[in-house]
Amino acid sequence: MTTMTTDVLGAPVRRVEDPRFITGHGRYLDDIKLPAMTHMAILRSPYAHAKIRSIDTSAAKAAPGVVAVFTGADIAYNPLPMAWPAGGASGIQNNVNTPRALATDDVKWTGEGVAAVVAETAAQAQDALELIDVDWEPLPAVTDAEKAIADGAPQLHENAPNNRVFDWQVGDKEATDAAFANAAVTVHQRLVNHRLIPNPMEVRGDIGWYNPGTDEYTIWMSSQTPHIQRLLLAAFVMGVPEQKIRCISPDVGGAFGSKIFCYADMALVLHASKAIGGRPVKWVEERRESYGSTIHGRDHITYVDVAATKDGMVKGLRVKTLANLGGRLSTIGPGIPTTLYGRILSGPYKIPAVHCEVTGVYTNTTFVDAYRGAGRPEATYVVERAMDLVADELGIDPAEVRRRNFLPPDSFPYDNPSGLLTAVNGSKLYIDSGNYEPAMDKALAMAGYADIAAKKAEAKSRGKLLGVGLSTYIEVCGVAPSKWIGAVGEGWGAAMWESSNIKVHLTGKVVVTMGTQPQGQGHETTYAQIISHELGIPMEDIVVQHSDTQGTPFGYGSYGSRTSNVGTGAALKAAAKIREKARRYAAHMLEANVEDIEVEGAEYRVKGSPDKKKTIQEIAFALDLAFDTPEGMEPYLDETAYHDTPNCTFPFGTHVAFVEIDQETGNVELVRYVAVDDVGKKINPMIVDGQLHGGIAQGIGQALWEEAVYGDDGQLLSGSLLDYALPRAEWLPSFELDETVTPSPVNPLGVKGVGEAGCIASTAAVANAVIDALSPLGIRHLDMPFTAQKVWGAIQAASGGSGSAKGGEA
Amino acid sequence: MAELHIALEVNGEQREADVEPRTLLVSMLREDLELTGTHVGCDTSQCGACTVLVDGHAVKSCTMLAVQAEHTAVTTIEGLGQPGSLHPLQQAFWDKHGLQCGFCTPGMIMAAADLMAHNPEPTDTEIRHAIAGNICRCTGYHNIVAAVREAASVMREGAAAPATNA
Repeated sequence: MTTMTTDVLGAPVRRVEDPRFITGHGRYLDDIKLPAMTHMAILRSPYAHAKIRSIDTSAAKAAPGVVAVFTGADIAYNPLPMAWPAGGASGIQNNVNTPRALATDDVKWTGEGVAAVVAETAAQAQDALELIDVDWEPLPAVTDAEKAIADGAPQLHENAPNNRVFDWQVGDKEATDAAFANAAVTVHQRLVNHRLIPNPMEVRGDIGWYNPGTDEYTIWMSSQTPHIQRLLLAAFVMGVPEQKIRCISPDVGGAFGSKIFCYADMALVLHASKAIGGRPVKWVEERRESYGSTIHGRDHITYVDVAATKDGMVKGLRVKTLANLGGRLSTIGPGIPTTLYGRILSGPYKIPAVHCEVTGVYTNTTFVDAYRGAGRPEATYVVERAMDLVADELGIDPAEVRRRNFLPPDSFPYDNPSGLLTAVNGSKLYIDSGNYEPAMDKALAMAGYADIAAKKAEAKSRGKLLGVGLSTYIEVCGVAPSKWIGAVGEGWGAAMWESSNIKVHLTGKVVVTMGTQPQGQGHETTYAQIISHELGIPMEDIVVQHSDTQGTPFGYGSYGSRTSNVGTGAALKAAAKIREKARRYAAHMLEANVEDIEVEGAEYRVKGSPDKKKTIQEIAFALDLAFDTPEGMEPYLDETAYHDTPNCTFPFGTHVAFVEIDQETGNVELVRYVAVDDVGKKINPMIVDGQLHGGIAQGIGQALWEEAVYGDDGQLLSGSLLDYALPRAEWLPSFELDETVTPSPVNPLGVKGVGEAGCIASTAAVANAVIDALSPLGIRHLDMPFTAQKVWGAIQAASGGSGSAKGGEA
Repeated sequence: MAELHIALEVNGEQREADVEPRTLLVSMLREDLELTGTHVGCDTSQCGACTVLVDGHAVKSCTMLAVQAEHTAVTTIEGLGQPGSLHPLQQAFWDKHGLQCGFCTPGMIMAAADLMAHNPEPTDTEIRHAIAGNICRCTGYHNIVAAVREAASVMREGAAAPATNA
């Protein structure tokens, strides 16, 4: 029997998921066909703000193929839950309004659902939508957060005067004010972190099936969180006992945060299936539809003030942010611009005084929630722009300003003195580890930063403005210790542990079931690498299963770069339990004391008698048969473990972007991108690099092209993929990546997480590069995205031309 | 709506279907022929997830009516290669980690297959141009470009091999 297994932990193993995806055998939501399945289409509001006087569905009901038509009045009152209201213990004002399965009295954004048709085919359902007659009473709309809180603005909700969702603050106001009073220099800037649309390539969808025979519901959903959705649908939306709902996520075609949440359509397909007697009901959003039915991200207006010494030491950071949360609140919308933003604004820097105020705002726009990075890209953008503004103000090199302000490597674990990571009960998160300068030095060396003046001169000779931008970031992975998130005082309504079950079957083959839920990250590969390493069993003998509440242990799902810290912790614990039981049974088989059994890979040997040994496969065979089991030992190698991380992990790094701007057209070309990231130990460096590449591209997309644009009337002008510019292959260079490795002391393997790092860093790097390129013209700031039109206008305005610089105020 | 009967070749086999005149080629492939490897990622022909080969040319199958495909030869991802007999592009996407969620992958591979047919030695710039109509949200294209470059190299060696043997 094979006992020597190649150690695959840390190796760039090809993904076990890929054969199905490269041959067309992935099974995404829309690939599933069930017997007798019907199709649902949803009528969505054409108005951003309107009252519904009446809805006439009679013609739709009579249309060919139509099985049923629903309006909000047909469905029991069931607002969707809000699990992170950013209020609670600290007494923060919070005015919660969430969507219903279908809007009843009024709509708050273009795209809110008001009626649903179930038909034999998807086309028939779409056709019948056109026959529904809604008597609308349009109301004035407001889409901009600053306008929405101004006097006289249209009011969205009676319980939210001036459209304020909450007023939240963190940090030490007095100390921050004192830092400004004593500052040698201060800089001030208004920053817009504009709205984005996540756009995973697979849109969302659900199939609901009610079984009248068992009174049970099953829902297939393109979701990052099937276990959470079962909990939320049962406890808050459907009024159904939790054991009566089963949630299944098939292959998920990307998510980036947008598939974390509890959506109205989930409740609708279940309601509809029951109402039509148990035929399954499928709903898949169209891309355009998804822009109003799936969350958006970012959308902050921020005023940042920085107090510094003459040598560039930042002494105070004051931030006031308006966070546009849309027309109603998504599942954890308020948590993103508060806990995940305000509390980490100081980034990798030793800033003694920080104060941040955030106001959540209702507007007549699609709801806003977590999009890749979720709060951390926004925070990084603020502090990284701030560093460049200080450098510009003082005439000090931006890299030098960062170097002077970095937390030194002996700072960790770092208890931020401004209290950014402190819960109201005193429970703390620490920045677990960091060594920022070597990563920056490596990136600067790769980038040839020392020769930048010559490079700029060379570009200038070609009529181009070369700009170089830095971003030195920290990421926060592994949300979160349950005791911290539960006690933080911002109303988080759940724990945050993870789970793993490992079964070693009679044949020696292993089934690992996890509570986490992949959307492209390769969990089936990386968990198998870990279990292979831990148990000495070949990877090909291990299968990793997930994403079905029937058959996997409860887990909180995958988002916030938490899987490699928290999920891995659970898998390691389960493997340790398997090993310990195997060791006890090996002692029985070998007639030795447990203490005398030593384990190496798959072999369990008697110390001093290396020939007396059993493999884990032999142990599993005998223990699964259980013909000879010692008193008190249960049969079968089957162990479950739960892991609550003691802390978050904090990857970091330095990204350097090079852009060239054509002065004649304003076109910005990203010509080079260098990144040095420290994500700790790597389970699979190939997958880690892939995560970084994708994250970097998404962050670049925000800086250069992507923008959700609303007209003043609340119509989404960037309302399709024709209008919303996702990064394309032709617009990007290949990326130059390297690493430093500072293992996290929090995770047993020293891994941190990587899902969001690229995205957190790259937006600020590119923005700083563009401003650097434009700085010879006297331009100090422009808001993203840096479209040719906007940059050309800024160049024209700066050089006295006729164009106007539409964007940020310099 | 009245249905039309059409016949065409799909992945080397003669196939027939009854479709409404408005049925898109992608819908027929997915719904009638149950070839669900071809995906729908948008509704404006921007994303390229539905790319297939029609008579050897990459076509976004959401831009073509099923009835327009009558008497053509269509190749989908399922017809390009299967586990155990992967096309060099499929193999290279696997080897080079050219995919993450896998949703854009079939269309991306079919677009690259069109490039291979016309340009056996593409530069990175030419690769990026060839797949500019296919959006990937996961990879930042870095490893996709590497995979297509690798596949081109393998295919050139494969094409050269018989000559060497002769």
